[in-house]
Amino acid sequence: MAVKAIPHAKIKKPRTMWGDVVLRFSQNLPAMMGLIVVIGLYAVALLAPILVTTNYTAIDLDNVRSAPSLVHYLGTDELGRDVYSRVVWAARSAAFVSIFVPALSLSLGLFFGIIAGYVGGWVDTIVMRLGDILFAFPGLLFVFFIAATIKPAILLWVKGIGLTEFAKQGFVDYIVVFTALSLVGWPGLARLVRGQFLTLRNREFVLAAEAIGVSQWRIALKHILPNAMTPVIVVVSGGIGGTIAAETSLSFLGIGLQPPNPSWGQMISDYYIYWRNTELWPLLFIPSIILVVIILAFTFVGDGLHEALNPYLD
Amino acid sequence: MLSYIVRRLLWLPFLLAIMIFITFWLGFYGPGSPEVVLLGQRYDPETAAVIKEQWGLNEPFALQYVKYVRNYVTLNFGESLTKYQGQPVARLLARRLPVTMELNAAAIALGVPLGIILGAIAATYHGRWQDRSIIFFTVLFRAVPSLVAGPVLLFVFAKQLKILPVGGWDGLFSASAILPVSILASGVVAGFARQTRANMLDVLSADYVRTARSKGLSEQMVMSRHVLQNALIPLVTILGLVLGSIVEGTLITETIFGIPGMGQLAFEAIGARDYPIIIAVTVLAAFIFALANLWADLFYGIIDPRIRQS
Repeated sequence: MAVKAIPHAKIKKPRTMWGDVVLRFSQNLPAMMGLIVVIGLYAVALLAPILVTTNYTAIDLDNVRSAPSLVHYLGTDELGRDVYSRVVWAARSAAFVSIFVPALSLSLGLFFGIIAGYVGGWVDTIVMRLGDILFAFPGLLFVFFIAATIKPAILLWVKGIGLTEFAKQGFVDYIVVFTALSLVGWPGLARLVRGQFLTLRNREFVLAAEAIGVSQWRIALKHILPNAMTPVIVVVSGGIGGTIAAETSLSFLGIGLQPPNPSWGQMISDYYIYWRNTELWPLLFIPSIILVVIILAFTFVGDGLHEALNPYLD
Repeated sequence: MLSYIVRRLLWLPFLLAIMIFITFWLGFYGPGSPEVVLLGQRYDPETAAVIKEQWGLNEPFALQYVKYVRNYVTLNFGESLTKYQGQPVARLLARRLPVTMELNAAAIALGVPLGIILGAIAATYHGRWQDRSIIFFTVLFRAVPSLVAGPVLLFVFAKQLKILPVGGWDGLFSASAILPVSILASGVVAGFARQTRANMLDVLSADYVRTARSKGLSEQMVMSRHVLQNALIPLVTILGLVLGSIVEGTLITETIFGIPGMGQLAFEAIGARDYPIIIAVTVLAAFIFALANLWADLFYGIIDPRIRQS
C-alpha cells in the first residue's frame, strides 16, 4: 500500500518554547508598551549626538532660567544649561547602567552560582557565606558605602596608571557605579543559580549525560545551564528598573554619576529644591516623569517576561 | 529547635566581626588616610605627621584593627573628622537615632497592616478590578523613587494646596510627619501587599483548602482559619527585606524633608567625606538589620516547624 504524501503546506510549523514566549509576550499590552519605551530609550541614547546639537554642559549666560523656546526646547536652568540636551544625553547613562550592571552581576552570579552548585562542598559554603555577608547590609546601604569609600581610591589608581584624561571625563564615576551596584547584585543571582543547579543535577537527563560519559563541565554548561536560565532571566530583567533608581539615589548622595556625566538622577538632585520655586518648578517634573516612565517600562517588560516564561503562573 | 537557635545566634557575632572588618578596611584605606581628609586643602606633611602620630596611624594594621574593634564594642565610634569636627560620633548618633526609629516604626506600623489587608483583598478578588487596581498601585509605589515622590508631594501639598508644612520635624504626631511617613510606608505597603497576595493565591490552591471547603466550612471560616493563617507565616521573613529598603529610603526622605535623623546625618557625612560617621552609621544600620533578621528567623522557626530542620 502506497503511503500518501501529506502536502507540505498542511504540516503545521513546529512550535518552539521561545516562539511561545514571544507570542505570549506580544499579547501582553503593558509589556509591549514597556518594550516600546525601552527601545525608545536605547534609540535616543544611540542617536543623542544627532538629536542634540548644543553641548549639554554648555552654559548660555544670555538665557538663564529661560522658558521653553525654539533655541532651548525645554528651557534652561539656573546656570543656563539647556535642559533638553541634558535630558537626551542622560538617556545614554541610563542605557549604560541598564546594560552593564545587569551584565556584570549576571556574570558574577552565574560564575559563583555554577561553581557553588556544581562543585559543592567547601567551595559552596564559602561562596554562600560571602553572599550572606553582603545580604547582611540593609538595602542599598552597602552600595552607598562602597561607592563612598572606593571612589577616591579608584580615582587615585586611574591617575596613577597615567589616565588623568579619563579621570577628568568622569570615566571613574561609571566604574564606581557599575562596581558598587554589581557587587551587591550578584549574591542573589548566585543563590538562584545554585538552587537551580542543585535541583537539576539529579534529574534524569543529567544522569543520562553522565552515563554516556559527557564531561562534567559540558554537563554543567550545556545541559544544566540552559534549563536553569528561565528564573534567572526573570530576576535580571525585573531588577533593571531598580538599578536605574539606585543610580539616581547614588547621584543624589553625590557618589553616583557626577558632572560632566549626564544623568537623570543628577538632574533630579539638582532640581528637586525647585519644588518651592514659583518660576523653575517645571524643571523638577521633567527628569522625574522621564525616570518614572523608564522604571515602569522596565518593570512591565520584566513582569511580561515573567508571565511569558511561566505560563501556568496564576 | 535548640540547635537551630544556637546556630543562628552564633552567626550573629561572626557576621558582626566581618562587617566591622569590611567597613574598617574599606572606610579607612579606601578614601586615603584620615589625616588627608581631615586637613583637606590645608594639607602639609608636618601637620599630617603629627596627626598620624597622635591617632596611632603609624601602627601596624592588625594593631589598629584590634583597637578599632575594642572601641566599637565599647560604643566608642571615634570623632567626626569634618562636618562636626571633634564631636564624638556616638553622641551624634544618640541624638539622631531616635528620630529615625520613630519614623521607621511609624512606617511599619502603618504599612504592614495596610499591605496585608490590600493583599488579602487582591487575592480574594483575584483577576477582578479590585485585584487589578491594587496591583497597579503596588507597581506604581515600587516604581516611584522617594527622590521623585518627596519633592512632588511637597510641591502639591505644601506649595500649591498649602495644607502641609514645607518640611522640618516637630515630632511624630505633627503635620510635618505626614508626608515622610507616607512615603516610607508606601514602600512597605507595596512589599507586603504583593507578598500577601502571592502567598494567599498559593494557599488557596492547596489541597487542605479544598478539603476544608468540601467538608462544608463557611467561606469566612476557610479564609480566616486556613488561608490567612498559612499565608501570613512567610511574611515574617520579608519584614527584614522591607526594613532594608526603608533604611535606604530614610536616607533620602530625611534629607528632602529636613528631618534631623540618622539618614540626614549620613547624607551630610557622605557629602563632607566624614568617614568615621559613614562607617558608624553603616555598622549600626547593619547591626539593627541583622538583629531584625535574626528575630524574624527565630520567630519563623518557632511558628513553623518545617523551617527548623533545614
